[in-house]
Amino acid sequence: MNSKQMKRARAGTLESGDVLVTIEPADSLEIKLHSPVINQFGDAIMRSVREVIDSFGVTSGTISLEDQGALDCTIRARLATAIRRSFEDEEGA
Amino acid sequence: MKRSYLFLPGNQPTMLQNGAVLPADVLIFDLEDSVAPAEKDAARELVSSALRSIDYGRRGLAVRINDIEKPYIKKDLEAVVTAGARSVMVPKVNSARTLHHVAVMLDLIEEEYGIEKGRTKVIALIETALGIEMVFEAATSTPRVEALALGGEDLCADLGCPRTKEGTELFYSRSRLLLAARAAGVDAVDTPFTDARDEEGCYADTVYARGLGFDGKLSISPHHLRPIHRAFTPTEEAVAFALEVVDAMERAKREGRGAVSLRGKMIDLPVLRQAERTLELARASGMFTAEMEGAPE
Repeated sequence: MNSKQMKRARAGTLESGDVLVTIEPADSLEIKLHSPVINQFGDAIMRSVREVIDSFGVTSGTISLEDQGALDCTIRARLATAIRRSFEDEEGA
Repeated sequence: MKRSYLFLPGNQPTMLQNGAVLPADVLIFDLEDSVAPAEKDAARELVSSALRSIDYGRRGLAVRINDIEKPYIKKDLEAVVTAGARSVMVPKVNSARTLHHVAVMLDLIEEEYGIEKGRTKVIALIETALGIEMVFEAATSTPRVEALALGGEDLCADLGCPRTKEGTELFYSRSRLLLAARAAGVDAVDTPFTDARDEEGCYADTVYARGLGFDGKLSISPHHLRPIHRAFTPTEEAVAFALEVVDAMERAKREGRGAVSLRGKMIDLPVLRQAERTLELARASGMFTAEMEGAPE
């Protein structure tokens, strides 16, 4: 995926049970996580985030997650959508 | 027994989560009308992820895909079939060709991913005048079709008539769809009741549909599940009579007779079929256990 030009992309919402993922192009990889359950599940969320990032071969970019108590499957889905969007010509579909 | 089919908006995580605790017989994850065009990709990913991760128990799992004219239809099908959806609801079915096209795509996807051929069934959503005219051809277009469902709102818009709570404007369409479903040997699923707050209205509408012969009803609100199930619950008297019928017919069979008298009435195969359907509904409603069913009088 990194052979394509990364652009700014977002997926998800700030509604309860969702997570808003924002990706910005950057020279190195940085992950920012804000979550109301970071003390209890922060490590587990970061493991999922890294798994998804690795599966797409992403090695750079600033990835921000504003978690609103999302399930693991939601976090994975929103992150995957944001990554796809960041490497696609247009958002959606 | 599939009495209730609940739509869940495909891009709302909390609703997909709630599906695991709502008492619907079938959950329909919606990628079509409830999802904005710019969010189609997000909904597809979310539904696929939910199907892979959340335990929905014994509920049937279906996904309403987008109109097959849309360019992302293959992505929809691939994502949900590989995630484990057992049925896809195809909207705006206007011809046998529409479903044949979907069936061919499902053939290719199942083959590519090593999924048992024919595993993914199709629910045809009939919601146009042309769809009603072609409903039997659509129902028999592929063995994958498991049910015909009526979309009353779109249909009324197409017919140019107001949609009322009484639903008299849908009488012909309901009957036509039901006949086609029965002739094709597939389930008939009634249109949703659209006033989410009117549970009694939903109950009355479902009683009416059940009276016509429908097997189940679409639902756009979790509040409608209880009235739908209540409408499909037979009375205790009906269940008691059904048990007597089954018992009497078993005795008749042992004695080599095709019909038998019960409570002064002649009981034969059509009555047995009705009794078996009543017992199936009673089981689905949790009215009695298999142990009770087999208990001696």
